[in-house]
Amino acid sequence: MSTIAERRDAGEFASEIHVYEPHKVGLPPLGAYLTQLWGRREFAFELARSDLRSKHFNTALGQLWLVLNPLLLGLVYFALVLIIGRRGGSIAGLALLLLALFTFRLVSTSISQGARSVVGGGRLILNTAFPRTLLPLSSVLTCFMLFLPTLGVYAIVHVAAGLPVRPEILWGIPIVATMVVFAAGGAMFVAAVQVYFRDLTSFLRYMLRIWLYLSPILWTAAQVPERYKPLLYLNPLYPPLTALSEAVNFGVTPPARLLLLSVAWAVAAFVVGGLFFISREREFAVRL
Amino acid sequence: MLSASSNPVPAIAEPPAPATDWAVKVEHLVLTYKTTVEKKPTFKKALVRLGRRQRIVREIQAVRDVSFDVPHGAVLGIIGVNGAGKSTLMRTVAGILPPTSGRIEVHGRVSTLLALGVGFKGDVSGRENVVLGGLAAGLTKEQLAQKYDEIAEFAELGDFMDMPMRTYSSGMFGRLAFSVAVNMDPDILLIDEALSVGDARFREKSFEKMRELCRSSSTILLVSHGLNAIRKLADEVIWLHQGEIAMRGEATEVIQAYKRFLDVRESDIADDDV
Repeated sequence: MSTIAERRDAGEFASEIHVYEPHKVGLPPLGAYLTQLWGRREFAFELARSDLRSKHFNTALGQLWLVLNPLLLGLVYFALVLIIGRRGGSIAGLALLLLALFTFRLVSTSISQGARSVVGGGRLILNTAFPRTLLPLSSVLTCFMLFLPTLGVYAIVHVAAGLPVRPEILWGIPIVATMVVFAAGGAMFVAAVQVYFRDLTSFLRYMLRIWLYLSPILWTAAQVPERYKPLLYLNPLYPPLTALSEAVNFGVTPPARLLLLSVAWAVAAFVVGGLFFISREREFAVRL
Repeated sequence: MLSASSNPVPAIAEPPAPATDWAVKVEHLVLTYKTTVEKKPTFKKALVRLGRRQRIVREIQAVRDVSFDVPHGAVLGIIGVNGAGKSTLMRTVAGILPPTSGRIEVHGRVSTLLALGVGFKGDVSGRENVVLGGLAAGLTKEQLAQKYDEIAEFAELGDFMDMPMRTYSSGMFGRLAFSVAVNMDPDILLIDEALSVGDARFREKSFEKMRELCRSSSTILLVSHGLNAIRKLADEVIWLHQGEIAMRGEATEVIQAYKRFLDVRESDIADDDV
Protein backbone atom coordinates (compact mmCIF):
# COMPACT_ATOMS: atom_id res chain seq x y z
CA MET A 1 0.00 0.00 0.00
CA SER A 2 1.55 3.25 -1.04
CA THR A 3 1.37 6.31 1.11
CA ILE A 4 -0.63 9.33 0.14
CA ALA A 5 2.56 11.29 -0.45
CA GLU A 6 3.80 8.65 -2.86
CA ARG A 7 0.54 8.44 -4.69
CA ARG A 8 0.29 12.20 -4.81
CA ASP A 9 3.36 12.18 -7.08
CA ALA A 10 1.35 10.43 -9.71
CA GLY A 11 -0.59 13.67 -10.04
CA GLU A 12 -3.76 14.17 -11.94
CA PHE A 13 -3.78 10.82 -13.68
CA ALA A 14 -3.62 8.63 -10.59
CA SER A 15 -6.77 6.64 -10.06
CA GLU A 16 -7.62 7.47 -6.46
CA ILE A 17 -6.01 10.81 -5.70
CA HIS A 18 -6.29 13.42 -8.37
CA VAL A 19 -4.49 16.72 -8.24
CA TYR A 20 -5.38 19.23 -10.91
CA GLU A 21 -3.07 22.15 -11.43
CA PRO A 22 -2.41 24.49 -14.35
CA HIS A 23 -0.45 22.82 -17.12
CA LYS A 24 3.07 23.94 -17.79
CA VAL A 25 3.54 25.07 -21.41
CA GLY A 26 0.12 23.66 -22.16
CA LEU A 27 1.13 20.07 -21.61
CA PRO A 28 0.06 17.71 -18.83
CA PRO A 29 2.82 15.68 -17.10
CA LEU A 30 3.72 13.36 -19.97
CA GLY A 31 4.91 10.37 -17.93
CA ALA A 32 1.65 10.17 -16.01
CA TYR A 33 -0.30 10.82 -19.20
CA LEU A 34 1.34 7.90 -21.00
CA THR A 35 0.82 5.60 -18.01
CA GLN A 36 -2.84 6.49 -18.02
CA LEU A 37 -3.02 6.02 -21.79
CA TRP A 38 -1.52 2.57 -21.50
CA GLY A 39 -3.80 1.73 -18.58
CA ARG A 40 -6.87 2.48 -20.66
CA ARG A 41 -5.73 0.85 -23.89
CA GLU A 42 -8.60 -1.62 -23.56
CA PHE A 43 -10.95 1.28 -24.34
CA ALA A 44 -9.26 1.90 -27.70
CA PHE A 45 -9.46 -1.80 -28.60
CA GLU A 46 -13.08 -2.08 -27.51
CA LEU A 47 -13.99 1.07 -29.41
CA ALA A 48 -12.36 -0.31 -32.57
CA ARG A 49 -14.11 -3.65 -32.14
CA SER A 50 -17.53 -2.12 -31.58
CA ASP A 51 -16.93 0.15 -34.58
CA LEU A 52 -16.38 -2.91 -36.75
CA ARG A 53 -19.37 -4.70 -35.23
CA SER A 54 -21.63 -1.74 -35.92
CA LYS A 55 -20.58 -1.93 -39.57
CA HIS A 56 -21.50 -5.65 -39.53
CA PHE A 57 -17.96 -6.75 -40.22
CA ASN A 58 -18.52 -9.59 -37.78
CA THR A 59 -20.93 -11.24 -40.24
CA ALA A 60 -19.94 -13.47 -43.16
CA LEU A 61 -21.26 -11.04 -45.80
CA GLY A 62 -19.60 -8.13 -44.04
CA GLN A 63 -16.25 -9.89 -44.13
CA LEU A 64 -16.74 -10.74 -47.78
CA TRP A 65 -17.35 -7.07 -48.48
CA LEU A 66 -14.26 -6.23 -46.50
CA VAL A 67 -12.21 -8.19 -49.03
CA LEU A 68 -14.26 -7.40 -52.13
CA ASN A 69 -14.32 -3.64 -51.66
CA PRO A 70 -10.54 -3.05 -51.74
CA LEU A 71 -10.13 -5.66 -54.47
CA LEU A 72 -12.70 -3.91 -56.70
CA LEU A 73 -11.07 -0.58 -55.98
CA GLY A 74 -7.72 -2.09 -56.96
CA LEU A 75 -9.20 -3.39 -60.21
CA VAL A 76 -10.67 0.03 -61.02
CA TYR A 77 -7.28 1.66 -60.59
CA PHE A 78 -5.62 -1.13 -62.53
CA ALA A 79 -7.98 -0.53 -65.44
CA LEU A 80 -7.22 3.18 -65.17
CA VAL A 81 -3.48 2.52 -65.36
CA LEU A 82 -3.96 0.28 -68.37
CA ILE A 83 -6.06 2.82 -70.21
CA ILE A 84 -3.85 5.82 -69.45
CA GLY A 85 -0.63 3.87 -69.90
CA ARG A 86 -1.96 2.28 -73.11
CA ARG A 87 -0.15 -0.90 -72.33
CA GLY A 88 -0.97 -4.48 -71.61
CA GLY A 89 -1.33 -5.41 -67.97
CA SER A 90 0.16 -8.33 -66.16
CA ILE A 91 -0.85 -10.00 -62.92
CA ALA A 92 2.49 -8.90 -61.48
CA GLY A 93 1.57 -5.32 -62.30
CA LEU A 94 -1.72 -5.83 -60.47
CA ALA A 95 0.15 -7.26 -57.46
CA LEU A 96 2.39 -4.19 -57.29
CA LEU A 97 -0.57 -1.87 -57.49
CA LEU A 98 -2.66 -3.74 -54.91
CA LEU A 99 0.09 -3.85 -52.28
CA ALA A 100 0.79 -0.13 -52.58
CA LEU A 101 -2.89 0.76 -52.73
CA PHE A 102 -3.86 -1.32 -49.69
CA THR A 103 -1.09 0.09 -47.52
CA PHE A 104 -1.77 3.63 -48.72
CA ARG A 105 -5.41 3.13 -47.79
CA LEU A 106 -4.34 1.97 -44.34
CA VAL A 107 -2.73 5.38 -43.84
CA SER A 108 -5.35 7.49 -45.60
CA THR A 109 -8.38 5.90 -43.91
CA SER A 110 -6.64 6.14 -40.52
CA ILE A 111 -6.22 9.85 -41.09
CA SER A 112 -9.71 10.49 -42.42
CA GLN A 113 -11.38 8.41 -39.69
CA GLY A 114 -9.09 9.87 -37.07
CA ALA A 115 -10.20 13.35 -38.11
CA ARG A 116 -13.74 12.55 -37.05
CA SER A 117 -12.83 10.73 -33.85
CA VAL A 118 -12.70 13.64 -31.42
CA VAL A 119 -15.69 15.56 -32.72
CA GLY A 120 -17.61 12.27 -32.85
CA GLY A 121 -16.72 11.51 -29.23
CA GLY A 122 -18.24 14.76 -28.00
CA ARG A 123 -20.53 13.40 -25.30
CA LEU A 124 -17.83 11.25 -23.80
CA ILE A 125 -15.34 14.12 -23.81
CA LEU A 126 -17.79 16.39 -22.02
CA ASN A 127 -18.49 13.80 -19.35
CA THR A 128 -15.34 11.83 -18.64
CA ALA A 129 -11.70 12.66 -18.00
CA PHE A 130 -9.47 10.30 -19.99
CA PRO A 131 -6.49 10.69 -22.32
CA ARG A 132 -8.18 11.91 -25.51
CA THR A 133 -5.44 10.42 -27.71
CA LEU A 134 -7.30 7.14 -27.21
CA LEU A 135 -9.91 8.33 -29.73
CA PRO A 136 -7.69 8.89 -32.81
CA LEU A 137 -5.50 5.91 -31.87
CA SER A 138 -8.60 3.75 -31.81
CA SER A 139 -9.45 4.90 -35.34
CA VAL A 140 -6.01 3.75 -36.46
CA LEU A 141 -6.65 0.38 -34.80
CA THR A 142 -9.96 0.06 -36.64
CA CYS A 143 -8.26 0.78 -39.97
CA PHE A 144 -5.49 -1.68 -39.18
CA MET A 145 -8.06 -4.40 -38.46
CA LEU A 146 -9.71 -3.57 -41.80
CA PHE A 147 -6.30 -3.72 -43.50
CA LEU A 148 -5.41 -7.23 -42.34
CA PRO A 149 -7.87 -9.16 -44.56
CA THR A 150 -6.64 -7.28 -47.64
CA LEU A 151 -3.26 -8.95 -47.09
CA GLY A 152 -5.00 -12.24 -47.90
CA VAL A 153 -6.19 -10.80 -51.22
CA TYR A 154 -2.67 -9.61 -51.96
CA ALA A 155 -1.18 -13.00 -51.07
CA ILE A 156 -3.37 -14.74 -53.63
CA VAL A 157 -2.45 -12.27 -56.39
CA HIS A 158 1.22 -12.46 -55.36
CA VAL A 159 1.28 -16.23 -55.80
CA ALA A 160 -0.81 -16.08 -58.98
CA ALA A 161 1.66 -13.58 -60.46
CA GLY A 162 4.53 -15.94 -59.70
CA LEU A 163 6.35 -13.36 -57.61
CA PRO A 164 9.07 -14.77 -55.33
CA VAL A 165 8.27 -15.95 -51.81
CA ARG A 166 11.43 -15.32 -49.81
CA PRO A 167 12.22 -14.53 -46.17
CA GLU A 168 12.95 -10.94 -47.24
CA ILE A 169 9.18 -10.49 -47.40
CA LEU A 170 9.29 -10.25 -43.60
CA TRP A 171 10.83 -6.77 -44.01
CA GLY A 172 7.27 -5.84 -44.80
CA ILE A 173 6.31 -6.09 -41.13
CA PRO A 174 8.56 -3.29 -39.78
CA ILE A 175 7.82 -1.18 -42.86
CA VAL A 176 4.06 -1.44 -42.35
CA ALA A 177 4.68 -0.71 -38.66
CA THR A 178 6.36 2.60 -39.57
CA MET A 179 3.35 3.42 -41.74
CA VAL A 180 0.97 2.71 -38.85
CA VAL A 181 3.00 4.95 -36.55
CA PHE A 182 3.02 7.66 -39.21
CA ALA A 183 -0.75 7.26 -39.63
CA ALA A 184 -1.25 7.55 -35.87
CA GLY A 185 0.68 10.84 -35.84
CA GLY A 186 -1.34 12.12 -38.77
CA ALA A 187 -4.63 10.99 -37.22
CA MET A 188 -3.88 12.77 -33.94
CA PHE A 189 -2.93 15.95 -35.78
CA VAL A 190 -6.05 16.15 -37.94
CA ALA A 191 -8.31 15.05 -35.06
CA ALA A 192 -7.21 18.13 -33.10
CA VAL A 193 -7.42 20.47 -36.10
CA GLN A 194 -10.92 19.21 -36.87
CA VAL A 195 -12.13 20.60 -33.53
CA TYR A 196 -11.17 24.10 -34.69
CA PHE A 197 -12.11 23.74 -38.34
CA ARG A 198 -15.06 21.44 -38.82
CA ASP A 199 -14.85 21.56 -42.59
CA LEU A 200 -11.41 19.95 -42.55
CA THR A 201 -12.84 16.55 -43.47
CA SER A 202 -14.21 17.96 -46.72
CA PHE A 203 -10.77 19.31 -47.70
CA LEU A 204 -9.06 16.21 -46.42
CA ARG A 205 -10.89 14.01 -48.90
CA TYR A 206 -9.32 15.90 -51.82
CA MET A 207 -5.92 16.15 -50.22
CA LEU A 208 -5.79 12.41 -49.61
CA ARG A 209 -6.85 11.78 -53.21
CA ILE A 210 -4.06 14.02 -54.51
CA TRP A 211 -1.63 12.32 -52.16
CA LEU A 212 -2.64 8.97 -53.63
CA TYR A 213 -1.76 10.17 -57.13
CA LEU A 214 1.53 11.66 -55.91
CA SER A 215 2.58 8.40 -54.26
CA PRO A 216 4.20 5.48 -56.11
CA ILE A 217 0.99 3.46 -56.41
CA LEU A 218 -0.31 3.95 -59.94
CA TRP A 219 3.27 4.53 -61.11
CA THR A 220 6.71 3.39 -60.02
CA ALA A 221 9.78 5.43 -59.17
CA ALA A 222 11.51 4.05 -62.27
CA GLN A 223 8.99 5.90 -64.46
CA VAL A 224 9.88 9.27 -62.95
CA PRO A 225 12.35 11.42 -64.97
CA GLU A 226 15.72 11.69 -63.24
CA ARG A 227 15.53 15.44 -62.58
CA TYR A 228 12.25 15.11 -60.65
CA LYS A 229 13.45 12.25 -58.47
CA PRO A 230 14.63 14.40 -55.50
CA LEU A 231 11.06 15.69 -55.25
CA LEU A 232 9.87 12.19 -54.45
CA TYR A 233 11.44 12.44 -51.03
CA LEU A 234 9.09 15.24 -50.07
CA ASN A 235 6.36 12.63 -49.88
CA PRO A 236 6.53 10.90 -46.48
CA LEU A 237 4.99 7.78 -47.97
CA TYR A 238 7.51 7.47 -50.80
CA PRO A 239 10.22 5.74 -48.71
CA PRO A 240 7.99 3.15 -47.01
CA LEU A 241 5.96 2.36 -50.16
CA THR A 242 9.08 1.88 -52.25
CA ALA A 243 10.81 -0.16 -49.55
CA LEU A 244 7.68 -2.28 -49.14
CA SER A 245 7.51 -2.99 -52.85
CA GLU A 246 11.16 -4.08 -52.91
CA ALA A 247 10.72 -6.37 -49.93
CA VAL A 248 7.29 -7.86 -50.53
CA ASN A 249 6.83 -7.69 -54.32
CA PHE A 250 10.38 -8.67 -55.25
CA GLY A 251 11.74 -10.36 -52.12
CA VAL A 252 14.76 -8.05 -51.95
CA THR A 253 16.19 -6.45 -48.81
CA PRO A 254 15.22 -2.78 -49.13
CA PRO A 255 17.98 -0.12 -49.10
CA ALA A 256 18.82 1.10 -45.58
CA ARG A 257 18.30 4.69 -46.72
CA LEU A 258 14.63 4.04 -47.45
CA LEU A 259 14.15 2.17 -44.18
CA LEU A 260 15.75 4.95 -42.15
CA LEU A 261 13.68 7.60 -43.91
CA SER A 262 10.52 5.63 -43.21
CA VAL A 263 11.40 5.46 -39.51
CA ALA A 264 12.32 9.16 -39.43
CA TRP A 265 9.03 10.26 -41.01
CA ALA A 266 7.07 7.98 -38.69
CA VAL A 267 8.77 9.24 -35.52
CA ALA A 268 8.52 12.87 -36.62
CA ALA A 269 4.81 12.57 -37.47
CA PHE A 270 4.03 10.73 -34.25
CA VAL A 271 5.88 13.19 -32.01
CA VAL A 272 4.57 16.32 -33.73
CA GLY A 273 1.00 15.01 -34.09
CA GLY A 274 0.96 13.60 -30.56
CA LEU A 275 2.35 16.69 -28.85
CA PHE A 276 0.04 18.97 -30.83
CA PHE A 277 -2.96 16.85 -29.88
CA ILE A 278 -2.04 16.60 -26.20
CA SER A 279 -1.37 20.33 -25.98
CA ARG A 280 -4.86 21.05 -27.34
CA GLU A 281 -6.88 18.22 -25.83
CA ARG A 282 -7.90 19.98 -22.62
CA GLU A 283 -9.58 22.63 -24.72
CA PHE A 284 -11.79 20.15 -26.53
CA ALA A 285 -14.41 20.19 -23.78
CA VAL A 286 -15.10 23.89 -24.31
CA ARG A 287 -14.89 23.72 -28.09
CA LEU A 288 -17.25 20.87 -28.78
CA MET B 1 -16.74 21.80 7.82
CA LEU B 2 -17.57 23.27 4.51
CA SER B 3 -15.55 26.38 4.05
CA ALA B 4 -15.55 28.73 1.16
CA SER B 5 -14.24 32.10 0.27
CA SER B 6 -14.52 34.25 -2.75
CA ASN B 7 -11.92 36.73 -1.55
CA PRO B 8 -8.42 36.42 -2.86
CA VAL B 9 -6.24 35.17 -0.05
CA PRO B 10 -2.51 34.86 -0.49
CA ALA B 11 -1.80 31.24 -1.27
CA ILE B 12 0.23 29.62 1.45
CA ALA B 13 1.55 26.23 0.56
CA GLU B 14 0.66 23.99 3.43
CA PRO B 15 2.27 20.60 3.74
CA PRO B 16 -0.35 18.02 2.75
CA ALA B 17 -1.81 16.13 5.66
CA PRO B 18 -1.39 12.38 5.38
CA ALA B 19 -5.08 11.73 5.96
CA THR B 20 -7.71 14.28 5.05
CA ASP B 21 -11.20 14.79 6.30
CA TRP B 22 -12.25 16.24 2.97
CA ALA B 23 -12.87 14.48 -0.29
CA VAL B 24 -12.66 17.49 -2.58
CA LYS B 25 -10.58 20.60 -1.98
CA VAL B 26 -10.70 23.54 -4.35
CA GLU B 27 -8.17 26.31 -3.72
CA HIS B 28 -8.32 29.69 -5.45
CA LEU B 29 -9.62 28.17 -8.62
CA VAL B 30 -9.63 30.43 -11.64
CA LEU B 31 -10.75 29.18 -14.98
CA THR B 32 -10.62 31.22 -18.12
CA TYR B 33 -10.97 29.79 -21.55
CA LYS B 34 -11.16 30.96 -25.09
CA THR B 35 -13.92 29.85 -27.31
CA THR B 36 -15.59 30.94 -30.49
CA VAL B 37 -19.13 32.16 -30.70
CA GLU B 38 -19.62 29.89 -33.66
CA LYS B 39 -21.26 26.56 -33.02
CA LYS B 40 -19.37 24.93 -35.83
CA PRO B 41 -16.18 26.82 -36.65
CA THR B 42 -14.99 26.22 -40.18
CA PHE B 43 -11.93 27.10 -42.18
CA LYS B 44 -14.12 28.80 -44.77
CA LYS B 45 -15.63 31.18 -42.22
CA ALA B 46 -12.22 31.78 -40.67
CA LEU B 47 -10.89 32.93 -44.05
CA VAL B 48 -13.86 35.24 -44.58
CA ARG B 49 -13.30 36.75 -41.13
CA LEU B 50 -9.60 37.14 -41.81
CA GLY B 51 -10.53 39.16 -44.88
CA ARG B 52 -12.75 41.37 -42.75
CA ARG B 53 -10.22 41.41 -39.90
CA GLN B 54 -12.85 40.18 -37.49
CA ARG B 55 -12.08 38.18 -34.41
CA ILE B 56 -14.70 36.09 -32.79
CA VAL B 57 -12.63 34.27 -30.22
CA ARG B 58 -13.91 35.34 -26.84
CA GLU B 59 -12.24 34.89 -23.53
CA ILE B 60 -14.63 33.65 -20.90
CA GLN B 61 -13.89 33.99 -17.22
CA ALA B 62 -16.02 31.13 -16.06
CA VAL B 63 -14.71 30.68 -12.51
CA ARG B 64 -12.99 33.45 -10.54
CA ASP B 65 -11.07 32.61 -7.40
CA VAL B 66 -13.31 30.00 -5.89
CA SER B 67 -12.22 28.05 -2.82
CA PHE B 68 -14.12 25.44 -0.87
CA ASP B 69 -13.80 21.94 0.40
CA VAL B 70 -16.25 19.11 0.72
CA PRO B 71 -15.90 16.66 3.63
CA HIS B 72 -16.13 12.92 3.00
CA GLY B 73 -19.74 11.85 2.81
CA ALA B 74 -21.16 15.35 2.47
CA VAL B 75 -23.61 16.47 -0.18
CA LEU B 76 -22.88 19.88 -1.66
CA GLY B 77 -25.52 21.56 -3.75
CA ILE B 78 -24.46 24.16 -6.28
CA ILE B 79 -27.03 26.62 -7.56
CA GLY B 80 -26.94 29.72 -9.69
CA VAL B 81 -28.41 31.25 -12.80
CA ASN B 82 -27.54 29.92 -16.26
CA GLY B 83 -23.97 30.81 -17.13
CA ALA B 84 -22.88 31.26 -13.52
CA GLY B 85 -20.02 28.78 -14.00
CA LYS B 86 -21.59 25.76 -12.32
CA SER B 87 -20.94 23.26 -15.10
CA THR B 88 -17.44 24.58 -15.70
CA LEU B 89 -16.68 24.22 -12.00
CA MET B 90 -17.92 20.63 -12.06
CA ARG B 91 -15.85 19.82 -15.15
CA THR B 92 -12.76 21.20 -13.46
CA VAL B 93 -13.36 19.04 -10.39
CA ALA B 94 -13.83 16.06 -12.74
CA GLY B 95 -10.45 16.79 -14.35
CA ILE B 96 -11.94 17.50 -17.76
CA LEU B 97 -10.84 21.15 -17.82
CA PRO B 98 -7.46 22.11 -16.38
CA PRO B 99 -7.46 25.12 -14.01
CA THR B 100 -5.99 28.37 -15.29
CA SER B 101 -4.67 28.92 -11.81
CA GLY B 102 -5.35 27.43 -8.42
CA ARG B 103 -5.44 23.84 -7.38
CA ILE B 104 -7.93 21.05 -6.97
CA GLU B 105 -7.42 17.88 -5.05
CA VAL B 106 -9.88 15.03 -5.22
CA HIS B 107 -9.56 11.96 -3.01
CA GLY B 108 -11.52 8.99 -4.20
CA ARG B 109 -12.95 7.34 -7.28
CA VAL B 110 -15.06 9.77 -9.22
CA SER B 111 -18.16 9.05 -11.23
CA THR B 112 -19.57 11.83 -13.36
CA LEU B 113 -22.86 12.70 -14.93
CA LEU B 114 -22.00 16.03 -16.50
CA ALA B 115 -23.28 15.37 -19.98
CA LEU B 116 -25.17 12.34 -21.15
CA GLY B 117 -21.80 10.70 -21.65
CA VAL B 118 -23.15 7.26 -22.27
CA GLY B 119 -24.18 6.78 -25.86
CA PHE B 120 -21.58 8.77 -27.69
CA LYS B 121 -21.61 6.06 -30.34
CA GLY B 122 -25.14 6.17 -31.70
CA ASP B 123 -24.71 3.16 -33.95
CA VAL B 124 -23.69 0.70 -31.26
CA SER B 125 -25.93 -0.81 -28.59
CA GLY B 126 -26.62 0.57 -25.14
CA ARG B 127 -24.76 -2.39 -23.69
CA GLU B 128 -21.60 -1.62 -25.68
CA ASN B 129 -21.86 2.06 -24.86
CA VAL B 130 -21.97 1.25 -21.15
CA VAL B 131 -18.80 -0.81 -21.53
CA LEU B 132 -17.05 1.90 -23.60
CA GLY B 133 -17.98 4.65 -21.16
CA GLY B 134 -16.80 2.56 -18.22
CA LEU B 135 -13.49 1.66 -19.86
CA ALA B 136 -12.86 5.32 -20.67
CA ALA B 137 -13.53 6.17 -17.04
CA GLY B 138 -10.83 3.71 -16.04
CA LEU B 139 -12.85 0.68 -14.95
CA THR B 140 -11.83 -2.80 -15.98
CA LYS B 141 -13.93 -5.15 -18.07
CA GLU B 142 -14.39 -7.42 -15.05
CA GLN B 143 -15.69 -4.57 -12.91
CA LEU B 144 -18.08 -3.60 -15.69
CA ALA B 145 -19.31 -7.15 -16.13
CA GLN B 146 -20.15 -7.25 -12.43
CA LYS B 147 -21.96 -3.94 -12.55
CA TYR B 148 -23.72 -4.45 -15.84
CA ASP B 149 -26.86 -6.23 -14.59
CA GLU B 150 -27.39 -3.65 -11.90
CA ILE B 151 -27.08 -0.82 -14.45
CA ALA B 152 -29.45 -2.47 -16.93
CA GLU B 153 -31.99 -3.29 -14.24
CA PHE B 154 -31.99 0.21 -12.82
CA ALA B 155 -32.36 1.83 -16.25
CA GLU B 156 -35.34 -0.46 -17.03
CA LEU B 157 -34.67 -0.43 -20.73
CA GLY B 158 -35.29 -4.13 -21.31
CA ASP B 159 -34.51 -5.23 -24.85
CA PHE B 160 -33.43 -1.75 -25.80
CA MET B 161 -30.09 -2.41 -24.10
CA ASP B 162 -29.10 -4.40 -27.17
CA MET B 163 -30.43 -1.90 -29.70
CA PRO B 164 -28.31 0.84 -31.27
CA MET B 165 -28.53 3.95 -29.13
CA ARG B 166 -29.75 6.08 -31.99
CA THR B 167 -33.08 4.32 -31.56
CA TYR B 168 -33.40 5.64 -27.98
CA SER B 169 -35.64 8.48 -26.94
CA SER B 170 -34.04 11.30 -25.00
CA GLY B 171 -35.64 9.99 -21.81
CA MET B 172 -34.09 6.58 -22.36
CA PHE B 173 -30.71 8.18 -22.96
CA GLY B 174 -31.00 10.03 -19.67
CA ARG B 175 -32.09 6.95 -17.77
CA LEU B 176 -29.14 4.91 -18.96
CA ALA B 177 -26.65 7.71 -18.29
CA PHE B 178 -28.02 8.23 -14.79
CA SER B 179 -28.00 4.52 -14.10
CA VAL B 180 -24.36 4.20 -15.16
CA ALA B 181 -23.24 7.16 -13.07
CA VAL B 182 -24.91 6.07 -9.84
CA ASN B 183 -24.22 2.36 -10.09
CA MET B 184 -20.44 2.57 -10.35
CA ASP B 185 -19.98 2.63 -6.55
CA PRO B 186 -18.22 5.96 -6.71
CA ASP B 187 -16.56 7.60 -3.70
CA ILE B 188 -17.41 10.93 -5.24
CA LEU B 189 -20.32 11.58 -7.53
CA LEU B 190 -20.52 14.68 -9.69
CA ILE B 191 -23.98 15.30 -11.09
CA ASP B 192 -25.02 18.19 -13.29
CA GLU B 193 -28.75 18.63 -13.89
CA ALA B 194 -29.70 15.03 -14.11
CA LEU B 195 -32.49 14.55 -11.63
CA SER B 196 -35.10 15.32 -14.20
CA VAL B 197 -34.56 12.51 -16.64
CA GLY B 198 -37.20 10.05 -17.67
CA ASP B 199 -40.84 9.93 -16.68
CA ALA B 200 -42.30 10.83 -13.29
CA ARG B 201 -41.80 7.34 -11.94
CA PHE B 202 -38.17 7.17 -12.98
CA ARG B 203 -37.60 10.62 -11.54
CA GLU B 204 -38.98 9.43 -8.24
CA LYS B 205 -36.76 6.38 -8.42
CA SER B 206 -33.64 8.38 -9.24
CA PHE B 207 -34.41 10.76 -6.39
CA GLU B 208 -34.66 7.76 -4.04
CA LYS B 209 -31.39 6.42 -5.38
CA MET B 210 -29.77 9.77 -4.72
CA ARG B 211 -31.12 9.73 -1.16
CA GLU B 212 -29.68 6.28 -0.71
CA LEU B 213 -26.30 7.46 -1.98
CA CYS B 214 -26.51 10.48 0.29
CA ARG B 215 -27.16 8.24 3.27
CA SER B 216 -24.26 6.01 2.31
CA SER B 217 -20.79 7.44 2.57
CA SER B 218 -20.62 8.87 -0.95
CA THR B 219 -19.56 12.45 -1.37
CA ILE B 220 -21.82 14.20 -3.84
CA LEU B 221 -21.56 17.47 -5.73
CA LEU B 222 -24.91 18.27 -7.21
CA VAL B 223 -25.77 21.03 -9.66
CA SER B 224 -29.47 21.57 -10.17
CA HIS B 225 -32.10 24.17 -10.88
CA GLY B 226 -34.52 21.93 -9.02
CA LEU B 227 -34.37 23.79 -5.74
CA ASN B 228 -36.64 21.31 -3.97
CA ALA B 229 -34.30 18.47 -4.71
CA ILE B 230 -31.30 20.52 -3.57
CA ARG B 231 -33.09 21.45 -0.35
CA LYS B 232 -33.92 17.82 0.40
CA LEU B 233 -30.57 16.32 -0.53
CA ALA B 234 -27.82 18.81 0.15
CA ASP B 235 -26.12 19.38 3.50
CA GLU B 236 -24.80 22.69 2.33
CA VAL B 237 -25.25 24.84 -0.71
CA ILE B 238 -23.01 27.14 -2.70
CA TRP B 239 -24.65 29.86 -4.75
CA LEU B 240 -22.42 30.69 -7.66
CA HIS B 241 -22.84 34.01 -9.41
CA GLN B 242 -20.74 35.18 -12.35
CA GLY B 243 -18.03 32.71 -11.48
CA GLU B 244 -17.78 33.70 -7.83
CA ILE B 245 -19.28 32.30 -4.67
CA ALA B 246 -22.12 34.67 -3.81
CA MET B 247 -23.14 32.75 -0.72
CA ARG B 248 -22.60 29.44 0.99
CA GLY B 249 -24.20 27.80 3.93
CA GLU B 250 -27.16 25.80 5.05
CA ALA B 251 -29.44 24.76 2.18
CA THR B 252 -32.71 26.52 3.10
CA GLU B 253 -30.98 29.77 3.90
CA VAL B 254 -29.00 29.95 0.66
CA ILE B 255 -31.96 28.88 -1.45
CA GLN B 256 -34.13 31.59 0.11
CA ALA B 257 -31.53 34.25 -0.59
CA TYR B 258 -31.14 32.97 -4.12
CA LYS B 259 -34.87 33.12 -4.70
CA ARG B 260 -35.05 36.65 -3.33
CA PHE B 261 -32.32 37.53 -5.78
CA LEU B 262 -34.20 35.93 -8.64
CA ASP B 263 -37.34 37.63 -7.40
CA VAL B 264 -39.47 34.55 -7.81
CA ARG B 265 -42.41 33.66 -5.66
CA GLU B 266 -42.39 30.61 -3.43
CA SER B 267 -43.97 28.43 -6.04
CA ASP B 268 -43.83 24.83 -6.99
CA ILE B 269 -43.03 25.71 -10.57
CA ALA B 270 -39.78 27.40 -9.66
CA ASP B 271 -38.90 24.74 -7.12
CA ASP B 272 -39.88 21.71 -9.05
CA ASP B 273 -37.34 19.46 -10.62
CA VAL B 274 -38.41 20.12 -14.14
